Formats: sequence, structure tokens, C-alpha cells
Amino acid sequence: MALLHTVNKSPFESNTFNTCLGLAKQGSTILLIEDGVYAATTGHSVAEKIKNASGITFAVLGPDLQARGLESKLADDIKVIDYDGFVNMVVEHDSVQSWL
Amino acid sequence: MSVKKFMYINRKPPYGTVYALEALEVVLIGAAFDQDVSLAFIGDGVYELTKGQNTDAIGQKNFSPTYTALGDYDVKKLYVEKESLEERGLTLDDLQHLVWEDEDDDWAEKDSIHLVSRAEMADVLDDQDIILSF
Repeated sequence: MALLHTVNKSPFESNTFNTCLGLAKQGSTILLIEDGVYAATTGHSVAEKIKNASGITFAVLGPDLQARGLESKLADDIKVIDYDGFVNMVVEHDSVQSWL
Repeated sequence: MSVKKFMYINRKPPYGTVYALEALEVVLIGAAFDQDVSLAFIGDGVYELTKGQNTDAIGQKNFSPTYTALGDYDVKKLYVEKESLEERGLTLDDLQHLVWEDEDDDWAEKDSIHLVSRAEMADVLDDQDIILSF
């Protein structure tokens, strides 16, 4: 059973991302939204954790990334999706866990 | 009325919460009172100053251009903590270039952003009369 996890908090000011990563199983997807998109950039400790997390798909909501001016800092291997893509992702997974 | 040193501390990223926008509004209101105003950007607050912000797709106002107007309101001391930038994989080049015009120097444009270490930031905070936190 594949879970879709969403994280909406900055990894630098909250433990939410770490908690999510610790509980995400192989085959699941972690979608970064709102202030959670800061995890999707390069050059910091969180980027290393994402790089080392095998078997988990990472995605980021493009509109939230663009709003924060960080498109050029996006890490490799993180899929950018739009709102339609978000909807599709919800449908494609068995259930959604929103880490608040 | 004597001039006091006002410091506004910015610790939240923009758009996810309303803190960053509210801080900016309060700074602009306060600028009308001719006080000695400084802004500090610490932790995720440094994200407020990134260049290239485009909020078209999230239906919120892009208030990042407003930072460029601060110089016109005599708000010309924006202290950015170096460690906070580094911990987030950012450099000064990722931030907007903010300037003010010095009327005592033939209106020369001067940098508003001062990159300071954590220790220097502690000294800046220590030097204030009033600190408002966002």
C-alpha cells in the first residue's frame, strides 16, 4: 500500500520533515508543499537526507517553489508538479498522510 | 521626542504564514516616525529576501518588491545572518540587491543589506532600544 505524505513546514524550523522521512516506507511518495518546499533545494543538510533516502519518491509543488524564488536552487531527482499533478498524485496513492 | 533604535526581527519565511508580510507592514508604518530603524533576518527569515519570487500561481500578493522601497523610507540597515544563509545553501547572490540613496554623498546608491556573523548579530541586537519580533 503506497502512501502519499505531504509536508508543509520548513525543515529548518520544524521536525515535521524528519518525522515524515523516518516513517515513510519504500514505495511511498513525499510531496513538499507551502513552506515544506525549502527542503527541495540544494546545498544543505536536508538535501543530503533526501539524496540518501532510497526507494522514496520526492516531489515538490511548483507554484509554491516559484512563489519563494527557488526554482533555480531545486535539487536533482525531485519531481516538480502543478495542482493538477497534485490531484493525480492523490488519486494514484492508496491514502494521504498530511504531516502538519 | 528622542530618537530610539528600533529593531524588527524577521524569522519566518514568506507566504506560508502571514508573519513576514505583517512585519514589513509594521516597518513601513513605523518608518513614518523618524526613528533609527534596523531589520534583522535570522533563520528562515532570510528566505524573505530571495530574488525571483513569483506568486502568480498561488493567488497571494508578491510582496518581495516592497523590500526595494525600504530605502526610500530611510530604512537602510538590513542585517542578514551569514550562518542562516549558509545553513540553507544560500549566498548573498540569491537575495535581492537592495540599496538606499545617500543624499550627503550626491545620492550615491549604497547597499542596504549587511551580511553579519551570528556573533555580530548578537552585538547588533544588544545595541537596540526596542526589539519587535516576527
